[in-house]
Amino acid sequence: MKNFPLLGAALSRKKIRTILTWLSVAIAFTLFGLLQAVEVAFTAGADALDAKRLLTTARYSIIEPLPLAHLRQIEQVPGVTAVAYGEWFGAKYQNEGYAFPVLAVEAARYLDMYSEFTISREQREAFVKTRAGAVAGRRLVDRYGWKLGQKLPLSSEIHPKADGSTSWEFELVGILDADDPTVRGNTDVVWINAAYFNEGRMTGKDKTGWYVVRIDDPQHVRSVAAAIDARFANSPDETKTQPEKEFAIGFARQIGDIGALVVRILAAVFFTILILTGNTMAQSIRERSHELAILKTLGFSDRRITALVLAEAILLLFLGAGAGLGAAAVLLPVLNGVTGGRFPPLLVSAGIWGLGAAVALVLALLVGVPPALRARRLMIVEALAGRA
Amino acid sequence: MHTLNQIVEITVMNLRNVSHRVGSSLVVVVGIAGVVGVLVSVLALVEGFRHTLASTGRPERIMVLRSGSDAEMSSALDRDQATRLATLPRVARDAAGRPLASAELMMMVDLPRRGESHPNNVPFRGVQPAAFAIRSEVRMVEGRRFQGGVREVIVGRKASRQFAGLTTGARIALRDSEWTVVGIFESGGDVHESEIWTDTEVALSTFRRQGYQSLTARLADGSDRGFAVFREAVGRDPGFSINVYREPDYYAKQATMLSNLINIFGYTVASFMALGAMLGALNCMYSAVASRRVEIATLRAIGFRGTPVVVSVIVEALLLAVAGGAVGGALAYLYCDGASLSTLSFNTFSQVAFDLRVTPHLLLQGLGWALLIGMAGGLPPALQAARVPVAVALRAL
Repeated sequence: MKNFPLLGAALSRKKIRTILTWLSVAIAFTLFGLLQAVEVAFTAGADALDAKRLLTTARYSIIEPLPLAHLRQIEQVPGVTAVAYGEWFGAKYQNEGYAFPVLAVEAARYLDMYSEFTISREQREAFVKTRAGAVAGRRLVDRYGWKLGQKLPLSSEIHPKADGSTSWEFELVGILDADDPTVRGNTDVVWINAAYFNEGRMTGKDKTGWYVVRIDDPQHVRSVAAAIDARFANSPDETKTQPEKEFAIGFARQIGDIGALVVRILAAVFFTILILTGNTMAQSIRERSHELAILKTLGFSDRRITALVLAEAILLLFLGAGAGLGAAAVLLPVLNGVTGGRFPPLLVSAGIWGLGAAVALVLALLVGVPPALRARRLMIVEALAGRA
Repeated sequence: MHTLNQIVEITVMNLRNVSHRVGSSLVVVVGIAGVVGVLVSVLALVEGFRHTLASTGRPERIMVLRSGSDAEMSSALDRDQATRLATLPRVARDAAGRPLASAELMMMVDLPRRGESHPNNVPFRGVQPAAFAIRSEVRMVEGRRFQGGVREVIVGRKASRQFAGLTTGARIALRDSEWTVVGIFESGGDVHESEIWTDTEVALSTFRRQGYQSLTARLADGSDRGFAVFREAVGRDPGFSINVYREPDYYAKQATMLSNLINIFGYTVASFMALGAMLGALNCMYSAVASRRVEIATLRAIGFRGTPVVVSVIVEALLLAVAGGAVGGALAYLYCDGASLSTLSFNTFSQVAFDLRVTPHLLLQGLGWALLIGMAGGLPPALQAARVPVAVALRAL
């Protein structure tokens, strides 16, 4: 404890230098926080998904539709306990293309399947019963200030109505929320009633985009998936069934190897920080040879001197890393607002804080050990004579 | 004149001494090199994508989709409409009198990236013979064009570099059918280089399709007026339920979301890097000045004025910054220029490949940033050095 005033004195010896070093470390870690959040959002987002859910899509392309008639057949596959289906609507809202994901879903089945979303009993009833009904996620409702019962004019970029127009209108009858904060982050969606959509659409009637299948036991994932696909083999509408998680990972992979890109950028950033901070630390210790020698004269052990210098590096890096990640945590909600919910919300997760701490520790050791050793080896007489 | 002499003398002396401060000078160089390297690479990504987009489409060409459709994938055009469109009088014709119009089928095929196993949505386009005359920028760089009536494909240069198995002579399996790659084409770096092309009729029969997705044609009068007249003419005809776009407008619209994303990503990373580097340079220059405190005070004691001191420190900072900027730019050029990447376009749900482009303009921009960082990093320490009272500074001896 009594070392703290000494650490404080060391860091405030040259205030400008300490502040500049601290700020540059903080900026590096802000970038670290932002980029890691992007990577986590695209790759690790799949972890939250239910291991008992499979996704059945058209065999060759996820954008080709499947007949609604598949529903009964999938339900009959042993091991399947529930089936829901949905389709991408591709909405334009207030002239904003692909403003947010809109899915045409069979209401009761979809709500049961995605039980991580919560909705009140009355609103659920209303969604199931209202033909042109729609439910919207909490985050969207908050963003656009929608009220229950209001009309939602959405135009589809993909599906024209039977009369050729692309303007659809729905009635907002419920709000999707979630108890889990990560799931709540994913409530930037609107679900519309598939039956009404199917009646009104010009093309692709009695088809849907995908089926979501719940199975009895995660152990049976492969066998049930194979059984579903076998049922439609050699038909005009062959299917591809895979765990929802695999689908999500595959989709993220399509975007590209974000992980590799992020790692490369961060490597360059931290290498630069290492050089700059390392130089500053070394110089600071060189300038303080005199003072360190006096401390040694006063009876400070070599070990304690080493620890002091190392602690200085660790303190500086951790203060910087903390401030940087904190800044990223403050900036991300702003960024999430700007991207308008087209992407999974970015946040500085506990994992990122942990990784950040580990990186800060490694950097602190790399930066702190050489000057610490130098301070340890310092000869009192030499240093006081100004020869070290 | 006197001041100018002082500036030259003190600056030259200062630069001669840099060799005694190799360590901290090198730190500035390396720091700025790192920053400029990342900055230029990230901007090369932005520039590469912008270039791909900007080279796609010509104003005299049009793209026809089903009415209400904004994208090829969600469009459908039956044979009848396609034939009637092609024979409209305002569509250009070749020397033999055949219309320059190509009704095209567009679908996705799954192919892994090189060295990976996850499937990606690679765009697969069936084109009619006129496609090559319409898109005169298309040029075979390897092999030959596909023949009509057989399962042969040609592959865009970027698709060939990005995805597995797309080399001349290779046989590839697409949706239960086997195809031979007979050539690789280039089309001025545009988005078609991310695609696989074949004969529309072969694709229609192989994949049991009834109609096309779109029609691309060249207008006889490609001016704004010509386009407006054409659009109005087909708009009045109740036999057509179509949307007509000018080709560049169509492709620019398809990429808005992706180009926004890439811009946000690129400029966020770049600005944080620049800010960090400025702080680093500031720190290093403060140190450099601090270690020369006595020297500077001595100079001032023997009659050198403040301005020359300030200028000399700034010149040093700028030279180090330029060196760093040059090294960083060179590294970015060596490692990134021409590297290709592909990603998923959210508008079309298909892969777009593009090359990183380190242009001379970007290199200059990198040097500009380096100079700015050097200036911002050198000025405050220089002012400080010139302001410290001579007596105080000398006492440090």
